[in-house]
Amino acid sequence: MATYRCPGCGYEYDESAGEPREGFPPGTPMSDVPGDWACPDCGVRGGEDFEQVG
Amino acid sequence: MTSATAPAVEEPLSASWTDPKRYLWLLGLIVPLIPFIGWGLAEATGLGVMWWFGPLFVFGVVPFVDVLIGKDSANPPDSAVKWLEQDRYYRWCTYLFIPLQYASLVFACWMWAHGDLGVAEKLGLALSVAMVGGIAINTAHELGHKRQQHERWLSKVALAQSAYGHFFIEHNRGHHVRVATPEDPASSRLGESIYEFLPRTVWGSLKSALHLEKERLDRMGKPFISVFNDVLNAWAMTVVLFGALTAAFGLAVLPWLLIQAVVGFSLLEAVNYLEHYGLLRQKRDDGSGRYELCRPEHSWNSDNVASNVFLYHLQRHSDHHANPVRRYQALRHYDDLPELPSGYATMILFAYLTPVWRRVMDPKVLAHYDGDVTRANLLPRKRERLLAKYGASS
Repeated sequence: MATYRCPGCGYEYDESAGEPREGFPPGTPMSDVPGDWACPDCGVRGGEDFEQVG
Repeated sequence: MTSATAPAVEEPLSASWTDPKRYLWLLGLIVPLIPFIGWGLAEATGLGVMWWFGPLFVFGVVPFVDVLIGKDSANPPDSAVKWLEQDRYYRWCTYLFIPLQYASLVFACWMWAHGDLGVAEKLGLALSVAMVGGIAINTAHELGHKRQQHERWLSKVALAQSAYGHFFIEHNRGHHVRVATPEDPASSRLGESIYEFLPRTVWGSLKSALHLEKERLDRMGKPFISVFNDVLNAWAMTVVLFGALTAAFGLAVLPWLLIQAVVGFSLLEAVNYLEHYGLLRQKRDDGSGRYELCRPEHSWNSDNVASNVFLYHLQRHSDHHANPVRRYQALRHYDDLPELPSGYATMILFAYLTPVWRRVMDPKVLAHYDGDVTRANLLPRKRERLLAKYGASS
């Protein structure tokens, strides 16, 4: 399980925690997150822009 | 194309830098007190017109003070931005807006129900309350962009007065994603009057908010009609609020509540009209069909001290779109960006006078695109006419 970061605002998507409020339960890999899903914090960058940080 | 450069600032140690606007932000709390000030002035002078203090203040006093005090281009040094954002004092300046906002709404209801006011005075009071509700959407905007859950909840509370609870969904997840594209209902187009823009943005934003929530709830496996729907539960706050006020003060206050809500959100949408007029992001060359990232040149800025203080730096709009999560006190002014010729209040007056707006703003859009009208966001209905007028007929 990896963590991905929004290059715009620093929001982090941790695959093991998911983002249940956005409909991604714990364990949802980044590859299953739609590329056009907008960063829930800034809305500036989309899922496909996220960078792996760990 | 312009390139955004922050004016050179000295870089003192953050501890030695003091924020010149620190205590000015408290002036923002004058806004929710507008109905009380109007009452005080009406009592003191005996003039019924003072019940109209809200619109008089927003469209009379603020533009005048903007001209009087002028520009506000001072930026905090980079080294100060972090602690400036962490200083909780600035948050309290926005939190305090909300109890004052609702105190004045309750006061207005009492005056509509039991005050000795004529219809014109009641209408003036409704428009004054509407100015509070409309500017409260700006307070909600500041709070709704933050990561803390309690600030997002306060954002919804501030929106309840103007029945615009869907704003914090559509603005953050819709407008910020699609800004300055033809797909964004809240980005106005070259050739579009405010009267054409208003129904398009009000209806389009509402539809978009519901659509965004439906997508999210579908992913969660929750039904659309449920307490988890943030649009519906925000609207429910308005129903409870108006219901409680009607129960407390009688049916006579309900029409006034509806009037102030419509005028209030129309004020916010008039601000939306100013912020991206005619500006357009281009599609990327990589065949992805995506638009280029929102850059500073995709927003109009207006850096006037008075309107800045009353709207929490909203006019430093380019930096806001680049860094939506950044707190208002740390937003920066940039030179060489699209700049409105005056503060928001004056520009809204221009917007309501369509020929004046077009005469002032269309040349500015053209100049921004070096005379190439094809690079602007054009009103489809007028596309051919605009291309012909500016010498780019297809």
